[in-house]
Amino acid sequence: MIVYILKRLAIAIPTLLLLIIFSFLLMHAAPGGPFTQERELPAQVLANLNAKYGLDQPLWKQIASYIWGIVAHFDFGPSFVYKDRTVNEIIAQGFPVTLTYGGVSFVVAVVAGVTLGAVAAVKHNTIIDYFAVGVSIGAQVLPNFVMAPILVIVFTLILGWLPGGGWRFSDPSYWIMPVIALSTSYMASIARIMRSSMLEVLNSNHIRTARAKGLPGHRVIWRHALKPALLPVISYLGPAFVAMITGSVIVDIYFSTGGIGKAFVDSALNRDYAVMMGVTILVGALTILFNLVVDIIYGWIDPKIRY
Amino acid sequence: MALLDVKDLSVRFDTPEGEIHAVNGVSFSLEKGETLGIVGESGSGKSQLNFALLGLLARNGRTTGQAMFDGKNLLSISERELNKIRANRIAMVFQDPMTSLNPYMRISDQMAEVIMLHKGLSKRAAIAESVAMLDAVKIPDAKNRVRLYPHEFSGGMRQRVMIAMSLLCHPEILIADEPTTALDVTVQAQIMELLSELQREFGMATILITHDLGVVAGFCERAIVMYGGRIMEEAPVDPLFETPTHPYTRGLLDAIPRVDEEQEALRAIPGNPPNMTGAPKGCPFAPRCGFADERCRIETPELLTFGEDRARACFRPIEEVAA
Repeated sequence: MIVYILKRLAIAIPTLLLLIIFSFLLMHAAPGGPFTQERELPAQVLANLNAKYGLDQPLWKQIASYIWGIVAHFDFGPSFVYKDRTVNEIIAQGFPVTLTYGGVSFVVAVVAGVTLGAVAAVKHNTIIDYFAVGVSIGAQVLPNFVMAPILVIVFTLILGWLPGGGWRFSDPSYWIMPVIALSTSYMASIARIMRSSMLEVLNSNHIRTARAKGLPGHRVIWRHALKPALLPVISYLGPAFVAMITGSVIVDIYFSTGGIGKAFVDSALNRDYAVMMGVTILVGALTILFNLVVDIIYGWIDPKIRY
Repeated sequence: MALLDVKDLSVRFDTPEGEIHAVNGVSFSLEKGETLGIVGESGSGKSQLNFALLGLLARNGRTTGQAMFDGKNLLSISERELNKIRANRIAMVFQDPMTSLNPYMRISDQMAEVIMLHKGLSKRAAIAESVAMLDAVKIPDAKNRVRLYPHEFSGGMRQRVMIAMSLLCHPEILIADEPTTALDVTVQAQIMELLSELQREFGMATILITHDLGVVAGFCERAIVMYGGRIMEEAPVDPLFETPTHPYTRGLLDAIPRVDEEQEALRAIPGNPPNMTGAPKGCPFAPRCGFADERCRIETPELLTFGEDRARACFRPIEEVAA
């Protein structure tokens, strides 16, 4: 098990390296640069700026020195656009915010989604099932850029219960709307995966055996059906968790939460190479990490999987 | 009084294609300690009949009729009451040992929960009982292997585990649903021998569901032959094999290849099993029967007793079919 984890972490290094190289090349292949503006800069100024940030170097040298900076100093470089800030600072400021509302959203989505899906499957083809399916389809088709303004209109402008934007770690009332906006569609996906896998498990032979043992219905579900039914949900949760804790542009924009979701999109629009690379590497590393976590959980649930 | 008395049991399934009549008005009884075989090909309703007794039908299944056990009708009592009977007084061994055990739980947990539930034993005592029962079904090194997961056992061993699990509460009735179908031929023989031994030792009544006439001959005292969800013939095993009185039984016996005769091809019964969608009309076997006439296709023959302990559902005279 330990050997397996170490092996997977070792494979993560070349994977990340490839990720860095590809995104670096892609970024530079896109037309324009961080200093492209509507009013063109004098050639001498541009040349000086490029020289300062090393953009006049050959591409391979830029990549090499960028990677060296990360490996040697854990330094993701300065922002090309915000002159006085480094990438580390931008991430250190935005990531805790998205980590908080994303983490809470994740818990909400998992608890609500799994419950909704499991109840729907157990009450298959009853009014409860139709209601649960209706809720999850509704949550899925209502995009968060529609949901977010509706939330603001209802809870801030009409009812005046919640602050319409901004972020405070100390006041969870600021968290509520971002969490609702972010979690609903994930909740819906989880509910649908859970429902279909639970239905499949409930029709399987070993559940019939459990019923033939005389176990009451709830024991059959808790002890025998829940674990196998959760497996497909868990493989969905790894990538979903990463997507949620790295935030959402929509949430960051509508609720001015200041998370890295907005920073990421802004960096792409501004050709702020360093910020974009920084966030890309963060998402990539988290994805690799949580896929590993998913595999470990799999091995823990399914005794047939041994590493 | 019979231990189990089934009267006019029918099973229907609602499907998008229509209503499937899986079992149609089946009646039989089982005495204490008796071994009864239920024979039929796939789709004859033999498994669904027994699932219905323990309320294990798929969700879209409905049951009518009566199955009296200890003064209670199994088909109409509450789930709660049924749960006190399941595994405790009527236990079941399923067809496919590969998928019938829970792959995510240790054998010890799967077995212990049965005794803890019905006998109120502590977990430690329940596991000790489980080990004893695994010894009884001749699983070597049961004491250690009880901690393993199902996938760590071979198919035959898993079926032994299933059998051990079903016997934990010393049930009055054991229903074995094709217990050897999924296994190798050599393992089949071992499992049947084991079941035979255990049946004598524990003295429980046993219903053996199978499509294998040889297994019935070796194991059962009495047999029911089913086709299209109906009983075609019922008789003690020896006379059934010597003088079958129903064209379907005869067809089945003729289809067994014999080693003592030169034979060019297998003598299969021509045609296919019936489509069970919609209400049946006439004798279900009529389309494949060499003796059938117009009446067989319109009227359904009733199961009528004859002789001392036999019954058949056929319009043709016995002499004509048995000849």
